[in-house]
Amino acid sequence: MSSNRILTMSRAGREALDWEMERRDEIFCMGEDVFKFGGIFGTMDGFGAKYGPERVISTPISETGFIGMAAGAAMAGMHPVIDLAYIDFIGVCYNVLLNTASKTHYMSGGAVKVPMTLLIGTGGGYNNAAQHSQCLHATVAHIPGAKVVYPSNAYDAKGMLHTALRDENFVIFLTHKGTAGVGWMGTPIKTTLSEVPDGPYEVPFGKVKVYREGTDVTIVGLGMSVHESLKAADALAKDGISAEVVDLRSLVPLDRDGIMESVSKTGRLIVTDEDYMSYGVSGEIIASVVERDPTVFKKPPVRVTTPDIPIPFARPMEQAILPLAPRIADAARKLMA
Amino acid sequence: MTLTPELRRGFLEKMALSRAFDDAMIALYWEGKVPIFAFGAGPLPGELHCSNGAEPIGAGVCGALSADDMITADHRPHHVAVCRGVDLDRMSAELLGKKAGLSQGKGGHMHIYDPAVNFASSGIIAEGMAPAAGMALARRLQKKPGVAVTFLGEGAANQGAFHEVMNMVGLWKLPVITVVQDNEWGVSTAKSESTAIERNSDRAAGYGMAGEYVDSNDPDDIYEAAARAVKRARDGLGGTILELKTARLAGHFMGDQQGYIPEQMKQADPIPLYRAKLIRDGVITEAQADAIQAAATERMAKAMQFAKDAPYPDASEAFDHVFAA
Repeated sequence: MSSNRILTMSRAGREALDWEMERRDEIFCMGEDVFKFGGIFGTMDGFGAKYGPERVISTPISETGFIGMAAGAAMAGMHPVIDLAYIDFIGVCYNVLLNTASKTHYMSGGAVKVPMTLLIGTGGGYNNAAQHSQCLHATVAHIPGAKVVYPSNAYDAKGMLHTALRDENFVIFLTHKGTAGVGWMGTPIKTTLSEVPDGPYEVPFGKVKVYREGTDVTIVGLGMSVHESLKAADALAKDGISAEVVDLRSLVPLDRDGIMESVSKTGRLIVTDEDYMSYGVSGEIIASVVERDPTVFKKPPVRVTTPDIPIPFARPMEQAILPLAPRIADAARKLMA
Repeated sequence: MTLTPELRRGFLEKMALSRAFDDAMIALYWEGKVPIFAFGAGPLPGELHCSNGAEPIGAGVCGALSADDMITADHRPHHVAVCRGVDLDRMSAELLGKKAGLSQGKGGHMHIYDPAVNFASSGIIAEGMAPAAGMALARRLQKKPGVAVTFLGEGAANQGAFHEVMNMVGLWKLPVITVVQDNEWGVSTAKSESTAIERNSDRAAGYGMAGEYVDSNDPDDIYEAAARAVKRARDGLGGTILELKTARLAGHFMGDQQGYIPEQMKQADPIPLYRAKLIRDGVITEAQADAIQAAATERMAKAMQFAKDAPYPDASEAFDHVFAA
C-alpha cells in the first residue's frame, strides 16, 4: 500500500489502534471520558460509536481502580488500552505501575503475562502550571518490567503503537502534548507530521532515529525536545555548525549503542530533556557514553533540561526554564567555541 | 449448594492440610534463626505471614467456587492457596526459593501464582482487589463464566483502592466477591483503632451491593454465605462484601511477639472446634478425624521433602522473565 497522506501523531496513532481493534477481540479501551471524548489525543476518537460501551469504557475518576482492573483483565487474556491523560496523575495510581503491571510476569517466573498499553500525555509549555505540565518519564522508566516508549512524529506514533499492541508486556506509551497535533494545542509542529502508510506496520522498540545528520555535535532528545533540537540545528547551520539530532524514541529498552555511534562521530554531546535534570534521562545518556569510552568526548557533555524546580505558571518564567531551541543552540555554540 | 457430609469432611481435610503446611513452614522457618533472629537467615528466608486460624475461610469460600472462578489473595495467602488446590509441592518449593517453585524462586511466599487453578497473590495491601475486578470484567467481555474472589484483611478495607474498586464493582454489577478477613488486627493496630464502623460489610450499602458478616469462623457458615454470594454473582446481581470474623494465631509475621494483644482478645483455634463439631454431628468418628490429620501431615511431609530436595535456581536466572519474550 502506498499513499502520500501527511498525518498528525494523533490521527496516525488512532489508525493503529483502530486496525488492531477491528481484528482482535481482546483489545478494549478504558479511561476517563474515553467513550465521549476519545482519549486525550483522540486516539479513540469515534470509537465509542464504532465499538460500543463494552469495548470503550468510560470510567469513574478512579485511576488506581481502573488501571488495576486493566492489569487483572490483561492477566485474564485481554489487552487493555488505557488512557491516563496526563502523566502528572501517576501519583494516584503509581502502585499499579510500580508493583502490579510491571512485576507480575517476573514474580510469577513467567507464568502470568500482563499485556497492556498505557497511553499518557506528558509535558508543558502551555501555561498549565506545576501539576499538569510535568514529563516524569524518568520516574516511570526507572521501574524494571515496564517498557517505556516515546514517539515524536506521526510515522513512529503509528508504527510504535502497532508494536505496543502486539507486545506481551506492559508498555507505557508516552506522547508529549505539544507534539500530538490535537485541536487544543494550536498549529501542529511541522516536524511532528509525517507521511503515514495506510496499512499496518511496526516500528521496533529500542532503536534511536537520527532525524538530521551532522558532524560537529550530537543533540539527543525525546518527545518535544527533538523538535526544539531540530529548530536549534537550523539556527546552528546558519552559524556553520553541523548538528546531528538523535531521537531516543524508546527509554526502555534504550539504544545505548545508537547514541554511542553518533557521539563517536561528533565527539560532542548535548542531551536535551524536558524532564527534571537530576536522576534522569540526561544523566543516564551521558553515563552510557562514558561507560563505553570516555575519551570520545572532545568537550565535556552538556545537559539542557528543565531545572529541578516545579513548573511555574507565568509565561516568562515557564518559557525561561524549558529546554527550548535558543538554550540548546547556545549550548552548542559554547561547545564549539 | 447443600452442606453435605462429604463437603464438611472435605472442609476438615482442607483445613488440616493448610495447617500442616503452615506448621511445617514455621518449624523450618526457625532453622538458622536461633539464637539470633534475622529475616534473611536459614533455609526459609524472608518474612513469613502464616494463616493459622484462618483456615475456615479458605475451606468455606473455596468450597463454594468452581474451576472457572478466579482468586486474588494477599500477603497471607497460604490457606486460600491450599484450599483452592494450588500445587502443594511447587508452592512449598517456592517458599524455599527453589527452581521447582511455582515462580521458579522469583516470588516467595507472598507471590504465589498458579494459573492452572486461577490463583494469584501479591504483597501490597489491597493490591489484588482491582485485578480481581478486572478478571471479572475480562470474562464478561470474553462471554465466559467466572466469578472473581479477592481476599484481603480488615485493615485493607481502609485503603483507597477499596473505595475505588467497590464503587466500580457496584456500578458495573461485576461478579466480584470481596472477602474481608477480619482477624481483628492490622499488624499491631486493632480494628477498633483503625476503622470507623464495626463491620466493613456494612459499607456494601454505599456501593449498592450486598454485604454479609459471618462471626463464627466456622467453615459451614462461611460456605453458606459464600455460596449465597456466588449465586448472586452468577445470577447477574453483582458483587458482595463478605466479611468473615477469623483468627490470627501465629501473629502478623514470624517473630511477632504479639505482646499488644490483651488477654481477653485471645482467639480460639477453629480446627479442633470443627473437628469436635463433625464428630458430635456424626459426620466422622474420632478415628476418621485422626486419619484425616495423619493424611494431611503425611501429604505435607511429602511436599516438604520435594521442596528440600529441589535445587536452587542459578544466580544468572535473576535476569530472566523481566519481560515476556
